[in-house]
Amino acid sequence: MKPILTGLPALMLIVAAPGFGQRKATIQNVPEIQFSSVPNFLKLPAGEHLGESVAVATNSKGHVFVYHRSATTRLFEFDQSGKFLKEIGAGYVGFEFAHSVRIDKDDNIWTVDEGTNMITKFSPDGRVLMVLGRRPLAVLGVLAAPAGANLPAQKYVFCRPTDVGWDPQGNIFVSDGYCNNRVVKYDKDGRFLAQTGSEKPGSALGEFNLPHALQVDGQGNVWVADRTNFRYQVLDNNLKPIREITNLGVGWTVCVSSGPHQYVFLSNSNPNGNQPGTWDTTGEIYKAELDGTVLGKFGHPGKLAPGFQVVHMMDCRNPNEVITGEIESWRAQKLVLQARGK
Amino acid sequence: MKPTLQILTFTFMATSIAASIANAQNAVPEIKFDSVPNALQLPAGLYLGEVGGVATNSKGDIFVYTRNGHPTITFGTARPFAHGGSRLYQFDRTGKFVQEIGKNTYGFMVASQVRVDPADNIWAVDQFTNMVMKFDPQGNVAMLLGRKAESENVPARGPATNDGAGQQTDLFNRPTDVAWDSAGNIFVADGEGNARIAKFDKDGKFVKSWGKRGSAPGEFANVLSIAVDKDGNVYAADGGNKRVEVFDNNGTFRTAFANVGNAQALCVTKGPNQILYVSNSNPTNDIDVAGEIYKMRLDGTIMGKFGRAGKLLKEFGTVNAIDCRVDNTLYVGELGNLRVQKVILH
Repeated sequence: MKPILTGLPALMLIVAAPGFGQRKATIQNVPEIQFSSVPNFLKLPAGEHLGESVAVATNSKGHVFVYHRSATTRLFEFDQSGKFLKEIGAGYVGFEFAHSVRIDKDDNIWTVDEGTNMITKFSPDGRVLMVLGRRPLAVLGVLAAPAGANLPAQKYVFCRPTDVGWDPQGNIFVSDGYCNNRVVKYDKDGRFLAQTGSEKPGSALGEFNLPHALQVDGQGNVWVADRTNFRYQVLDNNLKPIREITNLGVGWTVCVSSGPHQYVFLSNSNPNGNQPGTWDTTGEIYKAELDGTVLGKFGHPGKLAPGFQVVHMMDCRNPNEVITGEIESWRAQKLVLQARGK
Repeated sequence: MKPTLQILTFTFMATSIAASIANAQNAVPEIKFDSVPNALQLPAGLYLGEVGGVATNSKGDIFVYTRNGHPTITFGTARPFAHGGSRLYQFDRTGKFVQEIGKNTYGFMVASQVRVDPADNIWAVDQFTNMVMKFDPQGNVAMLLGRKAESENVPARGPATNDGAGQQTDLFNRPTDVAWDSAGNIFVADGEGNARIAKFDKDGKFVKSWGKRGSAPGEFANVLSIAVDKDGNVYAADGGNKRVEVFDNNGTFRTAFANVGNAQALCVTKGPNQILYVSNSNPTNDIDVAGEIYKMRLDGTIMGKFGRAGKLLKEFGTVNAIDCRVDNTLYVGELGNLRVQKVILH
């Protein structure tokens, strides 16, 4: 019994490895951006720990929010110096398995939870203002994993959603997700407007295969990390595809900075599991202009800081201070970048 | 934008009242209303989940039975044991949090409903533990109907395949609501897994039950809510058949109101001229249909309606509970928006 059990997954990994979440970027001659990692950036109270720190974000005051997979999924708030301030949402029904946290222009805190299929808008002081999606009712039992084709995607039902963003008008954009493969647009009051993609994975423009992260730039264009298609897609405000970016490895996560001159950060994250060879070919983060011009890159995989252990999400409100949320190191790092390519 | 909409609504209401006399079903007047912002003030760190039930007592205290987190499974001797998942909160008449009732009680897992009887006892109905729990006004357990399963296996539960008639006892299958007549008899809507109404005397002794799954008069697709009027008639929200059925005190079918959509939450006011409120609740997966609440006379005449599905104040996200102790001041519990709205009708 045992040899079969251990042998099978190993075999599957080997077979799957070439396409399994990793690809060496094909872009050439990208300048290295020098950076340093702030030591012990987040200071937790005695006895508190972060779990898989899949989601980080900052608000306008520089407070840092970490939405992480601990014994239960939890949302912590730290001040700009990294001092722990408080926990938000302890015991809240919408928290089960963290995926993203983002802060809107009014400092509302939005959590995306792939264990409940719920996206929650919290006020800056942590009260629930709006909910998108619904957690399946407990009395119905464990939902069977979708066998074969997914059910048709519904307007207001998510299937392991991954991320949320807003355009300057406040319209809401959701990447959905691990079992649906679409991007959905809602108005600011949560009413469905449009979607692109569907429940089915696809590789044409406007189709997705695991849309894993999403950001909206100041022009209202939507950046989507189309992870299993190894690309990023840029959509216009009505979700019409504008272009794709295919030379930066896997499209794991994306961040658009604030301010009049926006930059975009794109992570070719090393895959979970640290398979042989992956540290040599993946893990770097790219800095680019909104037109796609790549300015530079930084970072490598590693267990210890400043190495990255599967960067799952980035905050880049200040484009010279990128905060990474990492899966396999249970930490968030604050990276101070040297401006410009050198 | 908003003032314009309200004026439009008001104009529409004024012109449509006259027409409604001729045909209530075709031109239902819109009732002008407001929702009190922040009707419930939750302490920091306390969150409502889906609101199964909301009810007030004679002092105006507000009780909310909410699905605030999912049950936890623990492993023991060969069986998985399930605990928790719902909580019962008490607020004062101003909406200030007072206390939690029944903390860590054995019977709270998936909140269906909470109601307060004429003696201010608080009754909680739970559709996972299949229990109806009566708490005295101090929050002590006073009487129990039903029994929680000892352990839970949690495979996906498909649609109910039984005939819904249930057993001639207090064993329930996803009960949804409870009500009382003036003699204190207890009526339980055993309505999601079964499709029946069970009647008990005031001491909890089984009297009878009626109904089964179906669409004929006296049958139910489901029984989502019930209410009893001062004459002892029983009103049952048969949302799946898009109707409210009315029975006499012994379960004899009298009539049905088939013009109120997906009837999910019911409330009958106190006093001599009783009013029936019924929600045409939107499905949990869509806010672009239904959502309004109807105000009716007990003979089925629709007096007006208000609200629509949505996420803002004055919009409703799958109404599951209405409290109408004070006519025209309603507490509305929602599944979709994880909140209670205090609604004032004008």
